[in-house]
Amino acid sequence: MLLLALDSSTPRVTVALVDVAADATVRVLAEHADDAGNRHGELLAPAIQRVLATAGAAPTDLRAVGCGLGPGPFTGLRVGIVTAASIADGLGVPAYGVCSLDALALAHREQPGGLLVVTDARRKQVYWARYDEEGRRVDGPEVSAPDDVAAAARGHVDRVVGPGATQWSDAFAGFAIDESDPWPQANMVARLVAPRAAAQAPTEQLTPMYLRRPDARPPTSLKAVTPR
Amino acid sequence: MTGPRGLGPLVLGIETSCDETGVGVVRGDELLADALASSVDEHARFGGVVPEVASRAHLEAMQPTVHRALADAGVTWSDVDAIAVTAGPGLAGALLVGVAAAKAYAVALGKPLYGVNHLAAHVAVDRLANGDLPEPCVALLVSGGHSSLLVVPDVTGTVEPLGQTVDDAAGEAFDKVARVLGLPFPGGPHIDRAARDGDAAAIDFPRGVVRDAPYSFTFSGLKTAVARWVEARTRAGEQVPVDDVAASFQEAVVDVLTKRAVAACRDRGIDHLVIGGGVAANSRLRALAAQRCEAAGIVLRTPPPRLCTDNGAMVAALGALMVERDVAPSPLDLPADPALALA
Ligand SMILES: [Zn+2]
Repeated sequence: MLLLALDSSTPRVTVALVDVAADATVRVLAEHADDAGNRHGELLAPAIQRVLATAGAAPTDLRAVGCGLGPGPFTGLRVGIVTAASIADGLGVPAYGVCSLDALALAHREQPGGLLVVTDARRKQVYWARYDEEGRRVDGPEVSAPDDVAAAARGHVDRVVGPGATQWSDAFAGFAIDESDPWPQANMVARLVAPRAAAQAPTEQLTPMYLRRPDARPPTSLKAVTPR
Repeated sequence: MTGPRGLGPLVLGIETSCDETGVGVVRGDELLADALASSVDEHARFGGVVPEVASRAHLEAMQPTVHRALADAGVTWSDVDAIAVTAGPGLAGALLVGVAAAKAYAVALGKPLYGVNHLAAHVAVDRLANGDLPEPCVALLVSGGHSSLLVVPDVTGTVEPLGQTVDDAAGEAFDKVARVLGLPFPGGPHIDRAARDGDAAAIDFPRGVVRDAPYSFTFSGLKTAVARWVEARTRAGEQVPVDDVAASFQEAVVDVLTKRAVAACRDRGIDHLVIGGGVAANSRLRALAAQRCEAAGIVLRTPPPRLCTDNGAMVAALGALMVERDVAPSPLDLPADPALALA
């Protein structure tokens, strides 16, 4: 069955079209990623159309949609989630969500040892999660200052991965920083949701992992929305 | 392109530019559904719309509101000819939720996408209430986010801004004055109600004029004058006549709005005025606009209050007109533009 997977929890927006077998194994048919900056909203829909075209598939061939739920900067994250939810809704197929940090961790499961995944949370903080030798998430996802994350993880992890590791290399000095595959990949999102898709599990509410309350400050003025 | 039985295109419209998640369905100029989810209560304690709160609410409300609109309209996806969405102006993060949802539905269903201007949609909604939109017309759009005077030769293409507020939007002034008077947010309906029992001539509040911009508005001086007046009474230990202040403030606002709008019609030789936006629900604005238009020989077009505030039907109404006029659909990389200018 064809499954569309995507993630927009980081500046890298990523889309994959995969075929899920009855035993939940995944074969990637087409994949596309863009360095979106904060242009997720402009790049995501064309990327979806591109992967469908590359694989010669029609939207109506899709049987499920998978989506990274973050944590990640809110605006870009929401683009991916509302896109996945709307595609699934429009087609009447189930949607499944995963923690985006789990998708990032999955790409690094081949190597042994405990793993710390860190991505940029802005405001001098990182989103992070910690995984044991078996790849199970044992702590997080959370949002914290890099120094605090490093202090808590010391002695528990063998490697640090993700864009936050290189961005805050001072905080993670002394850790083995793995710079390979630093971004979430949609095909990893697909692998994580594949068992649910293969089992035809019921659709899920795609709820973003915000981990922060909204800034409850009203704008001082809305006049910027008038035409210039 | 026409819908079933040649009755005009069936368009689903999505509006998320501020705090209302609106999804409307129209067939040509016929309103089929107008579903709305509002996060206004979540913003009330902040006295204004909190963008992140609005964006989160849009995401949660999107699918339920779409479903309600389709059910209310008694149609299914296969009946829908096109998806229209507000591309701007508005709050960036809020707009983005609607635009991304509209694109996703367009891709999934293989339907054309129409990004529309929120202000033009406020004008186009008139066709749902009053039939074929007169073009050219002058449009006065007043809300918490915008106060604009437009000349509209073609609502799907050419809309010329004549003037706008140089500081507060009219609805914003209502909110701020309501706060000064101890009335709840949003201020418009509360001031309208209080003003009915007040004397509009009790206090002579200033009518702001913008130099060299005869069609522009300024409300910050008025707002300050009201605050000073109320403060002075309070400091003197006097009771504040809330009804009179509300009526006098409201009169100052609608006097300026209607005077400029009628002047724009007269100067341009245009004999139709359309009013829209949340403040167009104000009863005094409607009454005074009707009176002045009648005196000037202008036909006033006022959609019912429900269609004046932000909603999805107005987006669908404009989208349907774009389909009818063979306007090219938007590309899938259509940006959400918080400061989207009129064409
Ligand atoms: Zn509006």
